[in-house]
Amino acid sequence: MIPTTHYLYLSLALFTIGIVGVLTRRNVIVMLMSIELILNAVNINLVAFSRAYGAVAGQVFAIFIITDAAAEAAVGLGIILAFFRNRETVLADEMDLLKW
Amino acid sequence: MSAPYFLEHIWLIPLFPLAGAALMLFFGRRLPKPAISTICVGSVLVSFIYALGAAVTLCSWPAESRSFEKILFQWIPAGAYHTSAGLLGHFTADWGFLLDPLSVVMVLIVTGVGLLIHIYSVGYMAHEGGYYRFFGYMNLFMFSMLMLVLANNLLLLFVGWEGVGTCSYLLIGFYFHRKSASDAGKKAFIVNRIGDAGFLLGIFLISATLGTIRFTEIPAALLAGHFAIGAGVLTAATLLLFVGATGKSAQIPLYVWLPDAMEGPTPVSALIHAATMVTAGVYMVVRNNGLFRMAPFTMEVVAVIGAATALYAATMGLVQNDIKKVLAYSTISQLGYMFLACGVGAFAAGIFHVMTHAFFKALLFLGAGSVIHAMSGEQDMRKMGALFRKIPVTYRTMLVATLAIAGMPPLAGFFSKDEILGRTFGVNHLLWFVGWITAGLTAFYMFRLLFLTFHGHSRVSHEAEHHLHESPSTMTVPLMILALLSIVGGWVGIGGRFEKFLDPVVGRGAAVTEGAMAPTTEYTLMLASVIVGLAGIAVAWQMYIRNTALPGRIAASCGALYRLVYNKYYVDEIYDAVFVNRTKDLANTLWAFDAGVIDGAGVNGVGFLTRLIARISMWGDTWIVDGSVRVSSRLVWVLSFPVRLLQTGLLQSYLLVMVVGILGLFGYYIFLFRH
Repeated sequence: MIPTTHYLYLSLALFTIGIVGVLTRRNVIVMLMSIELILNAVNINLVAFSRAYGAVAGQVFAIFIITDAAAEAAVGLGIILAFFRNRETVLADEMDLLKW
Repeated sequence: MSAPYFLEHIWLIPLFPLAGAALMLFFGRRLPKPAISTICVGSVLVSFIYALGAAVTLCSWPAESRSFEKILFQWIPAGAYHTSAGLLGHFTADWGFLLDPLSVVMVLIVTGVGLLIHIYSVGYMAHEGGYYRFFGYMNLFMFSMLMLVLANNLLLLFVGWEGVGTCSYLLIGFYFHRKSASDAGKKAFIVNRIGDAGFLLGIFLISATLGTIRFTEIPAALLAGHFAIGAGVLTAATLLLFVGATGKSAQIPLYVWLPDAMEGPTPVSALIHAATMVTAGVYMVVRNNGLFRMAPFTMEVVAVIGAATALYAATMGLVQNDIKKVLAYSTISQLGYMFLACGVGAFAAGIFHVMTHAFFKALLFLGAGSVIHAMSGEQDMRKMGALFRKIPVTYRTMLVATLAIAGMPPLAGFFSKDEILGRTFGVNHLLWFVGWITAGLTAFYMFRLLFLTFHGHSRVSHEAEHHLHESPSTMTVPLMILALLSIVGGWVGIGGRFEKFLDPVVGRGAAVTEGAMAPTTEYTLMLASVIVGLAGIAVAWQMYIRNTALPGRIAASCGALYRLVYNKYYVDEIYDAVFVNRTKDLANTLWAFDAGVIDGAGVNGVGFLTRLIARISMWGDTWIVDGSVRVSSRLVWVLSFPVRLLQTGLLQSYLLVMVVGILGLFGYYIFLFRH
């Protein structure tokens, strides 16, 4: 059998890539994709532990997260679209209207 | 029981002229000249009638009880106190009137001669501006003078005294547009005031010593106080009263205002500076004769100053060229005679001379006014001459007056002047000699005046010659009446009738010296007076009719002496240097102190300090109060710098912070639960 830790390492790797992507990428759509990556990493984590302990709850929660990720992506894209219509840009460092 | 009508209403006598003056004050400007004349002359006429009534009523009483007092109301109420002489005094000043033989004589002179002068003024002032003002002041003067002679106490007398001084100032400065006139008015009032200070001190001393200032009570107080004759307080009090008299009656040293007072209109000179106001000093001394008799030193002083002034003024009258100035010095000289009389104890003779002098001096002044009127305003005798045909009535009346003042019998001046000289001879031969020489000088300079003005060659300028005319009857009739009085006025003194009339008032001492003179001495003295008078006339005739170059030659030969006398012995200049300029210096010093120190340091300084403090306060407010506000706000701004930097508005920096925080929490909990 594949040890659980392998799944955890994979989840960690994906999570880290997602975090780094959110923090470093300029394009907000790529940031959204990175957020999806984070969520999916969490999903893998949950499913891995569910398989390890035989608890279904993990898998159930993973379904919740997938739904939530979808909704969140929709809303996020809506915000980006609204902002784009006003400011003509999708680059995060040009969205600094809330600065002092 | 009520007194007879004229005595009961004696207070109306001063009231009528006061009403006239008040009407002039309120309505005078709008009234036409005839109305003004009627009101003001009428008021004096009614006063004269009431005075006559009062006099007749009083004389119907027996001689010993001829004293009537009418008190209208209490003016300054009593306060009881102990005087320095141990008497119980009460200071009461009432608005009260005293009528006795002395005040009868004075009130008749004042209203009678005053009436004639008012009538004369209607003609004299007919073409002058300020007609209502003139008559208003004249009526106010009559009120004050009547209050003075009718007062029953020293304080009310002083009220009248001050009143006449004020009216004198107002009337001397009547033509106030002329600086010389307004200066003369000021001089008269200020010099008078110096005398008044002495007078007031005298009143206070009398009140403090005798405890009363009422004329009816002073003799009793003198007896009760057991004063020795010549007591210090009495001498001091009487000397102080006499100082007041020298101011009002123009004696040495306070006579300097009278010649300058000729700046006023001629009726003013006649009324105030000849007939009435200047005699107020004599009246006051005679009224207080009881006090003066108790102070022999003061009597000596009075007699000496009187005689000295008489001679001194006569010398100055010898060389004056202005017709009114000669008369002014003549007045001072004759007043000296009156005080000489008082000083030797002949109080009744002094009042007799007051009366006769009022007649002929008023006549002389009014006549001079008539001459000036005819000469279109010329007053210099060097520009007159040969006027006796042109203005005959004026000439004849002035001739009568000049003969009277020269003491020619049987005119008025002879009787009164001779009475004085006779009584003086009985006391002191030197004083008599001074008076006798002065009589000669008087005759000389008065006839010099007459000859220069009316006789000789005409030196009248051509323009004046055209207007030469006799005065209107409103001016000549008073002249004629006064001339008549100058002739018969002295006859009341024959046989000592006048003396006997005044006996109740001045009596006591009269009996002592009355019978002391032998008839031969008396007639010799009379003859001497007449001879010296005729000598004076003769010299004047020689110098001004026969040999008219003589005056010029005499003046040239004793040039320095002539200049000294002509310049009035430089007394005015001396007074100026010693008193007037020192007072002005003091005034200037005080003014400089007031302007520099009080206004400068005080008012301006306080203002400056206030503004300085305001500036400091403003600085504090701007820099400290507002500054702290600004500092605090800037502090917040400064402190916010690092905080501001946190707000980048960049999503990714916020996320970074969040991630770092999560990692920190992770690390904390991992290490916390490690072992």
